[in-house]
Parts: sequence; C-alpha cells; structure tokens
Amino acid sequence: MPTNKRKIQEINAGSMADISFLLLIFFLVATTMNVDTGLMRVLPPMPPEDQEVQDQKVKERNLLLVFVSASGNIMAGDENMDIHGIKDKAKDFILNTYDDENLPEKEDQEFELPDGSKWTYPVSKGVVSLQTARDTNYDIYLMVQNELTRAFNEIRDEVAMEKFGAKLIDLPEEERNVITKAIPLAISEAEPRKAIKK
Amino acid sequence: MAVMKKKGNKELPPISTASLPDVIFMVLFFFMVSTSMRDQELLVRFRLPDASEVQKLEKKSLVSYINIGQPTPIMQAKYGTATQIQLNDSYKTTKDILDFIAAERDQLSEAERAQMTVCLKIDENTKMGIVTDVKQELRRANALKISYAASKSLGYE
Repeated sequence: MPTNKRKIQEINAGSMADISFLLLIFFLVATTMNVDTGLMRVLPPMPPEDQEVQDQKVKERNLLLVFVSASGNIMAGDENMDIHGIKDKAKDFILNTYDDENLPEKEDQEFELPDGSKWTYPVSKGVVSLQTARDTNYDIYLMVQNELTRAFNEIRDEVAMEKFGAKLIDLPEEERNVITKAIPLAISEAEPRKAIKK
Repeated sequence: MAVMKKKGNKELPPISTASLPDVIFMVLFFFMVSTSMRDQELLVRFRLPDASEVQKLEKKSLVSYINIGQPTPIMQAKYGTATQIQLNDSYKTTKDILDFIAAERDQLSEAERAQMTVCLKIDENTKMGIVTDVKQELRRANALKISYAASKSLGYE
C-alpha cells in the first residue's frame, strides 16, 4: 500500500487545546465553588392539629430562658447579659458541676461504648429556651444561637477529652455518637412573643 | 527514524504541544468535580451573619434553599424594599412553602427524604417575625432539618 510507505497521516490535534480551553472557561463561569456553611438545627415536629396545646411541664430549675428583645438586649435567666456571657452561663447551666439546687437535674444514663463496655454519664435535663420578639434582628438571634452552640460544643469537647482523650472532632464516629447522645443539643426555639407583658 | 535523522541535521525541533490538551483537560476535570452548578439566580440581596460554630452542608443534592432578604436593586423598582422570600426563581409568601417542600421532596428518592435539609439564607437585618413564620411553615411541612446559613468567622472577640 502506498500510504504505508509514506508518513502516516495524523489527525491534527492542535485545536484540541482550544476546545478544552473553551470547556474549561464554560465550567469556570457556570459553576460555583463556595461551600455552604451554617448552624444545623432540628425543629420539633408539629403537634397534631386535634391535639390540644398543653404546656409541657418543665421544672423551673431545668429551664434556662434566653430572651432577645427587639432592641437587641439579651436576658438570660433573670439577668441582663452581654453576648459574651451567654456561653459561660449556658455551660454552667448544663454542667451544674456542684449539683446546685437551682440548676438542672441530672439523670444517670448508661451508654454502650463501641468496645462493648458500659459508661454511665449524668445526662442533664436542662433545656435552653431561646425566645425572641417579632422585631428582633436576625443577626443578634444567630449570634446567640452560635454562642449556645459553642457552649454545647465545648462541653462535648471537654467530656470527650476526659473520656476518650481526644476532642470530639478527632473521635471515631461511634464514640462521637455516644458523646452527642450524652450531651444532647437541648435548645428549644419557641415562637416569638407577640408582645412583652411585664 | 528516518524522519528524525533528517531533522537532526537542522535546527532544534519545536516543543511539542501535544500534551497541552491533556493538561487542560486535567484542569477541566478538577473544576468539574470540585464545583457545583449555579442553580438559581438570586432575587434577594443578603449578607449572611457570621458564626464560629458552623458546619458544612454535606450533600448538595439533598439541600433546598430558601432565601430571605431585600429584593436586588433591579427588582426593587417593582417590589420595593420590603423583605421577600425567594423560593426557586420567584418571590413567594410563607403559604407557598408547603408546596415548595413537597416538590423538593418528590425529587428525592425514598431513602434520601429523611436526610433532606433546608438551608435558610437569611439577611442579617431581617426581623425574626418572618423567620419564625417560615420556621413554623417548615414544621408544618415536616421539613425539620434546617441550617441557618452563616459565614465562618473566628468569633466575636
């Protein structure tokens, strides 16, 4: 065959680079890279319509009321508070290190560890109730949410450090789940108050 | 080889660009994998609040977005500056959230439905009243996993 003797005719691949450049630029324009981050929450399920609204009986000592007013003032428990104080207040409330009578009760619960052994931890019954007025700004609300999350995360880290010798984020998943169950994220988000009557 | 010898006598051969497409394709694949499609146009303007304890939203396919904020400058001529809720590509009211969630849920497979997350992108100057209405509506729609979108910061101190 005459073609075999001559140089093999190759397909010109010079424009391949142009085509791939074109595709690259299209993807650069049409896609986004930013990862969405946020504070994860699980809302309480809606009670059935026919069920009468009844106040859940929570003992006063088990409830920490955090109220954010329309003007951005924060009240935690019975005192006015700066945003920086919220975290420690919530931590003291949940941990109740000295078994104070005015701070939440604890209930010993047994957890099964991944290695088969049992672990008893006094689970706090405390609930942080976060309330706002309808005119409260969202950013201050989220700031308070963030501080409360920080309080719980710090408690979890401390307990994880004590029990497993590592921070929560470095633990294997089963152990992390145990810690998360031992210190549940007890933040209740009630509906905003219509008006403050006090 | 005969060809090579002929050329060897002359000047240096030009640098081969045959691998250039491969390099570009590699970059292209990197971008295809690491980015996600811009799926909707923003009709509201928001500046997300800062928070230090944020978590990443894991699977993008399981996330539905609700944007709340002032209309963008172009839309303000028509809608004013009152806070609006954007679902998909238009302004909606809280009453439409039930349908929106139902539609979003239908797109997911049976196993994934429990994992569905609603990402609330809310401008920091929004009033809590509207946020709470949306939250109540989400509870009614049984979309309980939510994420308050916030940008990562190191703290307030």
